[in-house]
Amino acid sequence: MWDALQAADWLAVKLIALSFIVLTSAYVLGFGFLKILAHMQHRVGPMEAGRYHGVAQLMADALKFMQKEDIVPAKADRWVFLLAPGLVLGATILVTMTIPFGPAWDFVNLDVQVFVALAVSSLGTVGVLMAGWSSANKYSLMGGFRAVGQLLAYELPLVLSVVGVVIMAGSMNLHDIVMAQSGFGLFGTGITIPYFVPQAVAFGMFLIAAQAEMSQAPFDMPFAESELVAGYATEYSGFRYLFFFLSEFASNFAMAALGSVLFLGGYSYVLPGVALADFNLPTFWENFIGAGILLGKIGLLYFLFMWARSTYPRLREDQLQKFAWKYLIPVGLVNIGVTGILKVVA
Amino acid sequence: MADESETKITFRRGAPVKPEKIKGLFTGLALTLRTMLSKNQVVQYPHEKEVPVPRARGVIGLNEDNCTACMLCARECPDWCIYIEGHKEKRPPRREGGKPRTVQILNRFDIDYGLCMYCGICVEVCPFDALHWSPEYEYSELKVANLLHDKERLGHWETTKPAQPGYEKGSEMKGAKK
Repeated sequence: MWDALQAADWLAVKLIALSFIVLTSAYVLGFGFLKILAHMQHRVGPMEAGRYHGVAQLMADALKFMQKEDIVPAKADRWVFLLAPGLVLGATILVTMTIPFGPAWDFVNLDVQVFVALAVSSLGTVGVLMAGWSSANKYSLMGGFRAVGQLLAYELPLVLSVVGVVIMAGSMNLHDIVMAQSGFGLFGTGITIPYFVPQAVAFGMFLIAAQAEMSQAPFDMPFAESELVAGYATEYSGFRYLFFFLSEFASNFAMAALGSVLFLGGYSYVLPGVALADFNLPTFWENFIGAGILLGKIGLLYFLFMWARSTYPRLREDQLQKFAWKYLIPVGLVNIGVTGILKVVA
Repeated sequence: MADESETKITFRRGAPVKPEKIKGLFTGLALTLRTMLSKNQVVQYPHEKEVPVPRARGVIGLNEDNCTACMLCARECPDWCIYIEGHKEKRPPRREGGKPRTVQILNRFDIDYGLCMYCGICVEVCPFDALHWSPEYEYSELKVANLLHDKERLGHWETTKPAQPGYEKGSEMKGAKK
């Protein structure tokens, strides 16, 4: 009885912490998106709301969305239409759940955690298709089809790039991958370096595929405002549109976090030869500092995503598919082969 | 349906990937980064005011003393946004026993800035230098009717006109007025 209560209690704490992380990260990254894009386009972005450089702009936006009427089109498939945004956001929350923030700060700790992370990240695809199909709108339908085609095509390079890391670490547990990177000496030297150097090809593939998974600028055909109004979110208004908005930035956070855990050494690696695990700090402080290190790396990766987003124009739909199937996937397969051979030989 | 089956879909081979194209990707990244790091020129308008150049066409001011109500500006105005009313008055003669003088008195001189298109023809055409450009620009109104500026308000704008920059070197010899 006591065990069950305690377990339930922990579950509640974890759920609250998880929703806090998802909402806060979506807010911070959303604000970063506004500001980074603005400055790259020689603007200043929001400056008024919240007195200091418009920090409350997104809060004002969210309040505005909440005031809007929740419209369901007359011909829409009502329940599917209403459930789709929740499913998309839920999938994003599940990906965030798999990220370890510190040596003892994780929501789940599984032996196949990478596998779980990638599996739940593709769950959102179903929500997107539901939204596109149920809206009874041709723009939504096209957007939904494009999104699903794109997410399926780029799920493969994403998985293939991660396989290289998994081969090098010899584990699918994210904690093991983090610790393996803190102790990995580059080419037999004592200089420790995270996997983005030995797995540079996989890292590049991961960045490109993650950009496509998040449907961001060179790969934003599912939204494609000049062609499809707003893609699968065309018919949504108010709170449900806010859900799509939130899940966009929350998935940015999850992808950046996954990238920094897999390629940048997660919560442990700081500099060559310096890792959090070496300092023998109490676990409590290790968790805090580790989370800080991880957040710094997430910010770095997020900046890379935003940089590409503000620089490149949208690809054409067939170019997008061709790029995934003809270039990324073969390169990923070769990368896996080479990594496997080197792992066995060296 | 027969037409559709005859429609032949051809796939063009994409342009080959050239080194310049790869280089172009990084050129773009460098450009956006440089833009981000460069100093931003945005002026936060209500908090800090933009300073217009002295000859900016902000608003037209009226020097009432110079105006003779000749109506040239009102006639030349393409929008017909200038309204002038005046009357003649007798004044005592300059010399003892002379004829009384006749002067034009301006009753009304309005410019409707709701109609004005800032062409400046009225300023150009005025033979008595009664109209001038001023760089002031803050005179928006909540009601369109308030954009009709009367001669007192136009007289206020006249006080904001920039000082005359002086004549060009050597222009005295051509007989320009001092």
